[in-house]
Amino acid sequence: MTATLLQVEDLFCHFDGVTAVADLCFSVRAGEIKAVIGPNGAGKSTLFNMIAGVIRPSAGQIKFDGERIDHLPTFQRARRGVARTFQNLQIFRDMSVLENVMVGRHMRSAAGVAQAIMHGPALCAEERAIAATAIDLLDRFGLADKAQSKAGTLSFGQLKMLELTRALACEPRLLLLDEPAAGLPHAATDRMGEIISGLNRDGMTVLLVEHNMRMVMSLSHDVLVLNNGRRIAEGTADEVRRHPEVLAAYLGEAEDA
Amino acid sequence: MTSTPLTSETNLQQKLVPKILEAEGPSRSKFAARRPSNHLWLILTWLVLLVVPFVASNAYVISLANMALINLILIASLNLLMGFGGQISLGHAGFFGLGAYASGILNVKLGLTAWLGLPAAALIAATAALVIGLPALRLRGHYLSMATLGWNAILVVLFNQLVDLTGGPNGLLGVQSFSVAGIRLDTELRAFPLVWLASLLVMLAILNLLGSRLGRALRAVATNELGADAIGIDSFRTKLLFFVISAGMAGIAGSLYVHVNQYASPETFGISGSILLIVMVAIGGSGTYWGPLLGALIYTAVPQLLLDYEDAELMLFGLGMLFVLIVFPGGLASVPAAVMGRFEPKERL
Repeated sequence: MTATLLQVEDLFCHFDGVTAVADLCFSVRAGEIKAVIGPNGAGKSTLFNMIAGVIRPSAGQIKFDGERIDHLPTFQRARRGVARTFQNLQIFRDMSVLENVMVGRHMRSAAGVAQAIMHGPALCAEERAIAATAIDLLDRFGLADKAQSKAGTLSFGQLKMLELTRALACEPRLLLLDEPAAGLPHAATDRMGEIISGLNRDGMTVLLVEHNMRMVMSLSHDVLVLNNGRRIAEGTADEVRRHPEVLAAYLGEAEDA
Repeated sequence: MTSTPLTSETNLQQKLVPKILEAEGPSRSKFAARRPSNHLWLILTWLVLLVVPFVASNAYVISLANMALINLILIASLNLLMGFGGQISLGHAGFFGLGAYASGILNVKLGLTAWLGLPAAALIAATAALVIGLPALRLRGHYLSMATLGWNAILVVLFNQLVDLTGGPNGLLGVQSFSVAGIRLDTELRAFPLVWLASLLVMLAILNLLGSRLGRALRAVATNELGADAIGIDSFRTKLLFFVISAGMAGIAGSLYVHVNQYASPETFGISGSILLIVMVAIGGSGTYWGPLLGALIYTAVPQLLLDYEDAELMLFGLGMLFVLIVFPGGLASVPAAVMGRFEPKERL
């Protein structure tokens, strides 16, 4: 029996009378890949943003490793081990590719103002360790030869990879991926899928929101299906695929799937 | 080369962290070799500046050099906050004045030496920034600009009205100079080494800060706060920290100013001064390390060159600034790159 890493209990989110997420309960076990799917407007992004800390829930609880995090600002959740990527990329474009990953080591390093100004041997050693970790990561994801380029000069696919690399530099315990395949060509999507399952084999817990069904079905241990802000199904890819409510939500009630 | 174990950075959260970061790395020497160049340039530039007193024809030129280096501290510290941190302070001249009056008054009224006045000025200016920044930086948007604008206006009133302390509109008189081993640094020539050293140390501090995790965090917050939040950076504290550091440096500049000139008067520290400092950051090259050097040079030299034109001086100054910013929006520090860019093939995306 594996431990529950993320637990969502009775979660609600209302915007001016519109209910985006209603009465949602689910959990993510340590070591699994869980996908959240659903038609447009199902509440996937709202849910994702509530877990990451961008949107406050109207009611309910979010617990990470047993601790309530729903009242914490985003950076505090990141410090507890929740890292994320963005659907529309939030890259530091004026900084180099290497710096983008190095800044991901911020909370894993400790130098204060005085140390930074004095630039002593301890600081230099820490800086070298930060750079070494960042370069190892860039190398692993095929961006090492771009290390000194400005991030703004990278292609969309490379930026997606860079954002994932930056999130991993945080050494998260839970990786939130917001549509990791969106905008990627076929081959790059497959590569992204391989990377995610590779990370998972090394022990990373992943929660992802994704439209690409092929990716979701091949990667996920567990799939949560939302429609109109409510859970309509949860289970393995095969179970969910055959679930009548899921078919109805995706293909329409009247049609015969 | 083997990969450095993570434990050297921090021992936080080792228990459940997946072993994703322990992959064998490529050679890193080519990346590590790039660092010291800015340090080297800084030392070389300041060594060159050392010749100023020897080649300067008279005390007037040295006094301009002193002023330029004090202005450099102001412009570089504002650039740290504004150019790299994206936070606009409209009260930088106010912090400059607070440092000057704090150090000057402590000297004139309490007999405190300039050597104690200098850190006191830095501390007082930094504390004031902390008090302003705590509420103003919690809100996103232009609240810091508005708060610092009001702050500067209040300070000018205080400098003028607290006549018993500040000497009012007539200025603060009788401020003693720095002294080293019984020698008063009361001439332009004697003050130069002190100003030279202080400006070097401030420039060095800024360079080191920018190259550290704190500098990276600052630039991250400035370019993309959402992205910075997501990797565990406290945007509010980062902005506050650099606002306080920037104001502290302006306080140092103020203390140098008041003890080198042995005088301070309110009009030096007004809002127009704050605005001119912002313009100089932009003209030199906002968010570039070397830009403030050019900004300080122009801020100090151009008004002197335009003295002959009397009433037209300010207008010519303004037109010149407009010209530079229209032709080189990245500031003067971007000119070499812009010129080189014409001859070099563009990098493919």
